[in-house]
Amino acid sequence: MANDHPDDQKDDMHDPAHEDRRFFLKQSVAFAGLSLAAPHWPLAGTDPDDVPIGNAEKVKLSLTINGAKKRLTVDPRMTLLDVLRENLGLNGTKKGCDFGQCGACTVHVNGQRTLSCLTFAVMQHSRKVETVESLAKGKVLHPLQEAFIKHDGFQCGYCTPGQLMSAVSCIREGQAGSAQEVREYMSGNLCRCGAYPNIVDAILEVKSKGLKV
Amino acid sequence: MKPFQYLRPKTIREAISMAAEDPDARYIAGGTNLIDLMKRGIVSPSKLIDINHLPLKKIEHKGDRIHIGALALNSEVAQNKLVTVRQPLLVKALLAGASGQLRNMATVGGNLLQRTRCSYFYDTALPCNKREPGSGCSAKEGINRTHAIFFYGNETPSCIAVHPSDMCVALAALDTAVVVTGPNGERRLMMKDLHRLSTAQPELDTYLAPGELITSIEVLDNVFDKHNHYLKVRDRASYAFALVSVAAALRMEEGKIWDARVALGGVAHKPWRYWAIELMLKGKEPSEALFREVADHELKSATASGQNAFKIKMTSNAIVAALKTAAGIS
Repeated sequence: MANDHPDDQKDDMHDPAHEDRRFFLKQSVAFAGLSLAAPHWPLAGTDPDDVPIGNAEKVKLSLTINGAKKRLTVDPRMTLLDVLRENLGLNGTKKGCDFGQCGACTVHVNGQRTLSCLTFAVMQHSRKVETVESLAKGKVLHPLQEAFIKHDGFQCGYCTPGQLMSAVSCIREGQAGSAQEVREYMSGNLCRCGAYPNIVDAILEVKSKGLKV
Repeated sequence: MKPFQYLRPKTIREAISMAAEDPDARYIAGGTNLIDLMKRGIVSPSKLIDINHLPLKKIEHKGDRIHIGALALNSEVAQNKLVTVRQPLLVKALLAGASGQLRNMATVGGNLLQRTRCSYFYDTALPCNKREPGSGCSAKEGINRTHAIFFYGNETPSCIAVHPSDMCVALAALDTAVVVTGPNGERRLMMKDLHRLSTAQPELDTYLAPGELITSIEVLDNVFDKHNHYLKVRDRASYAFALVSVAAALRMEEGKIWDARVALGGVAHKPWRYWAIELMLKGKEPSEALFREVADHELKSATASGQNAFKIKMTSNAIVAALKTAAGIS
């Protein structure tokens, strides 16, 4: 269960592989300090009402992930995708290309489909994130999950979490009126197994039944 | 990725002061291009100034134009009633670009400033004048089927990359002003004056001064809402950058063309406005022969680099097809 995952405050200090890097970072920060006599800008979140505190190392942020509020301390370089997978143990969201070209990492941020590999987690502070883990309610699958199984909407399954999250948006956005429309509005999700016709069938079926997604 | 300091200004003034203080700082909005570039080590900002909390999202009509905030998302602009009714060409171009997910992230300001997708710009193992000025252009003798065919005057270009945006092609065809704020206050540039065509300084894509921030664009009202088309030719049916794209807009009355605008994407270092077409079409009756004549005229000044020779004919054909659709002739 994501909620039980202990990694929120994961400390990599004891990992020897990280020690050199941390030493290097400290050193570079120290040198940067020498050359930067200019007035120091208040870092994001120094206002007490504003949670994150940014610096060249870690930043604090809070996210509502699948309905549960999470407080995290992360490297600002971590993408939302990496935070979901590495810090929160939500491995449903997949890393495909990691460059915003394949759609495997699609999640919803404040209800809108988003590529989690192309945004830093800290930029999503205080927002609501939904991942593929939010679709099924207990043992009851989401209508699109049922339809993907029925229509063979996958082979290897690696792109499926992204396809499902994008399919939910495609229907919610009102862009699933025809096979052509589905193909256009699902074009950000690649499937190298080539299950496209079956994915289109699955989405059209859920749409035509008028099921709530 | 190199470490950076993450900053989150609350006001435009604060954001600009942060940028003015450090030439290696970068603004970030949607991040769909910048994060890509940071992951590949092409851009390594010392500070990231997250402007997403600035009040720059509003879309409104005032006077003779629509004002679109720089932080309005591509998807928000494409769905906005003011835009869909008054500027359908812009909507068509936006929806031809990227994917549903990316349009939900990418902002208007970021789209204006996106970098080329030339594969050599992204390959740090090979020379690229845009990435490392003076190192050479690998595309000139390399894989250049997607590269430019129009250049700045008689300049020998130091870079043959193209501007990748669809939105910008529509904005170049329409009359658009870009509003920017910087350490020295606010100024307006017309769209034609934002991007650089000359590659004398190939590392620079625009004429923005260091630290300047795009705050909004203004699209002037027009009478092109009935006759317009955005044609995008690409390697796959969707979700690919343009080989060639054409934004065409006509004002027609009593079977004649009274005003015409054409801009091209995927053919130059900036969105390419076809200025001469306006006089060439004025007062004429639309026909395929006329459109072919004006299309071929513009392509006389095109130069191929090898693999992209096909683009010359393709661009001509695309102009004809886009104008025919805009004019409503089959």
